[in-house]
Amino acid sequence: MFYREAGQFKTSYEADGQILPIRQDRIALFVTLAVALLALPLISSPYMLSAILIPFLIFALAALGLNILTGYAGQLSLGTAAFMAVGAFASYNFVARIPGIPVLLAFVLGGLCAAMVGIAFGLPSLRIRGFYLAASTLATQFFVVWCLTKIPWLTGHSSSGVITAQKMEILGYAFDTPERKYVLVLGVVAFMALLAKNMLRSNVGRSWMAVRDMDVAAEVIGFRLMRTKLLAFAVSSFYCGVAGALYAFAYLGTVEPEAYNLDLSFRILFMIIIGGVGSILGSFLGAAFIVLLPVFLNILAHGLALPTSVASNLELMTFGALIIFFLIVEPHGLARLWQIGKEKLRLWPFPH
Amino acid sequence: MSFFFEVLIGGLLSGVMYALVAIGFVLIYKASGVFNFAQGAMVFFAALTCVGIMDKFGLSLWLAIPATMVAMIILGLAIERVVLRPLVNQPEIALFMATIGLAFFIEGLAQLLWGSQVHKLDLPIEDVPLQYLLDNFNIIVSQFDVIAAAICGVMVIVLALLFAKTKVGRALRAVADDHQAALAVGIPLQRIWAVLWAVAGLVAMVAGLLWGARNGVQFALTFIALKALPVLILGGFTSVPGAIVGGLIIGASEKLAEVYIGPLVGGGIEGWFPYVLALLFLLVRPEGLFGEKIIRRI
Repeated sequence: MFYREAGQFKTSYEADGQILPIRQDRIALFVTLAVALLALPLISSPYMLSAILIPFLIFALAALGLNILTGYAGQLSLGTAAFMAVGAFASYNFVARIPGIPVLLAFVLGGLCAAMVGIAFGLPSLRIRGFYLAASTLATQFFVVWCLTKIPWLTGHSSSGVITAQKMEILGYAFDTPERKYVLVLGVVAFMALLAKNMLRSNVGRSWMAVRDMDVAAEVIGFRLMRTKLLAFAVSSFYCGVAGALYAFAYLGTVEPEAYNLDLSFRILFMIIIGGVGSILGSFLGAAFIVLLPVFLNILAHGLALPTSVASNLELMTFGALIIFFLIVEPHGLARLWQIGKEKLRLWPFPH
Repeated sequence: MSFFFEVLIGGLLSGVMYALVAIGFVLIYKASGVFNFAQGAMVFFAALTCVGIMDKFGLSLWLAIPATMVAMIILGLAIERVVLRPLVNQPEIALFMATIGLAFFIEGLAQLLWGSQVHKLDLPIEDVPLQYLLDNFNIIVSQFDVIAAAICGVMVIVLALLFAKTKVGRALRAVADDHQAALAVGIPLQRIWAVLWAVAGLVAMVAGLLWGARNGVQFALTFIALKALPVLILGGFTSVPGAIVGGLIIGASEKLAEVYIGPLVGGGIEGWFPYVLALLFLLVRPEGLFGEKIIRRI
């Protein structure tokens, strides 16, 4: 009744090809964005902003990057955190070594560095696939973190390998409080999500999906496998790289290479499994879920007065059990539940 | 020169231990197409359970081992029943991700049951250099490593006989070739899987006890799974001999690289060297040393 496209006629090709063809969706998106941009910074506490909302947005961006690679192009990767690390440390170096470089440009350049590393480690995907590839992306994970710990030039010759991200300043305007950082992150993430949505609707996205569904067939009908796969690696790593830079600059501030360990890669993988593989909305839902779950479990453990060690082990078990539960019960994740909800709303109040 | 051989032999012997973990992977992959990321967690679980039983109930090692065996069989059966059965016929990737979830769950469970502090595990094998080699060739080789390698060897022979000679082994191979055909000729697929997971649990236990005795029973044991992965890539996912040869190559090359290349680049290359080696090898031969050639059709 409320969610129905009846009476919304499309009279031009532009109208037919727009991103959200149903008016209710457009309104919902604008309301969400308006709330996120105007209301949340005002009503949220600094803790809420810097410990929940900022990491949520950053993880959502990283999950989006992984989703492009795994969900849309079908190349399983366990090295997401490594690309984030490249983005973060490259951005740090650009800001440190080029005086007066705009910080956003440094993020973009950091993302491009991550993309180049992504292409280098994506090369094996032309010959190997599936689990072999998943295992070999672990090489990225270990190699990159090792490089960052062992090559002092990359970490600005700091003795412990820990870097302190510089202040973010755009046109003389410093993004230093939680509210300002949040707005900046929100802007970057919203822009890149829109970009991803459009890329996935275009021939690039379709070629990725063709390769995902059956790469031999895609090659036979004329997709160039090498170009398509490497492009997927490059774009995915770019997204992860920017997310990694934001992770260092807007969230942690001070960061060591070990922060981008295998555990982080797994957490991002869990986000796309729970949120929905092959869905942009799913990346956001999954990130929200994985960020909020430990907070929720902490409150619960505190309420039940459990010792910390028990609580942290219960957290591990809950994560594991949830992954298995989702894979068995709803392999398409939270995004699919949302879709089912919308379909039900279209038919409401009649079941058929 | 004797130093070179010392490093080489040490590497080969630790390679045998990697191979043991890798064999657990291969068993499950061969018969069910599941890439079991939880194998490392199972190794950890087994070692911690054994130590935990000894600590909490004051049992001797010889009573704790059978008790751990029972625990591992129950764990294996439970995994088959709860996780795998509902996921039959799902894409391989989904199964793989499920085993990542499983790994987290088992790690949490093990520490919840037995605590997360580092334990010491004493096997009745002494960690002393073999006198004969020391006297004649001036090479230090730990007796513990040799005996551990021998145990692994026996384990591999038993597994090979199990596969080749017994009825269950034939059924396992049939299931590996084609699930549906195996079902059609009356092989109880799910019972075979249950057996398989139980056997994988036992292999994990042997690996857990040996590694635990050597490095202490601690969370780091789960990373052995990560060591076993390049072994698998190199050897091929479906081949037990591949796992052994791969283990030997990885073990030896990793130690040699650490000793001879490590100092040039700052050390700590053991973590990624096996992966890069395996990756380079894959570029030449994508199915691994002994893997089945993958023929893809539209």
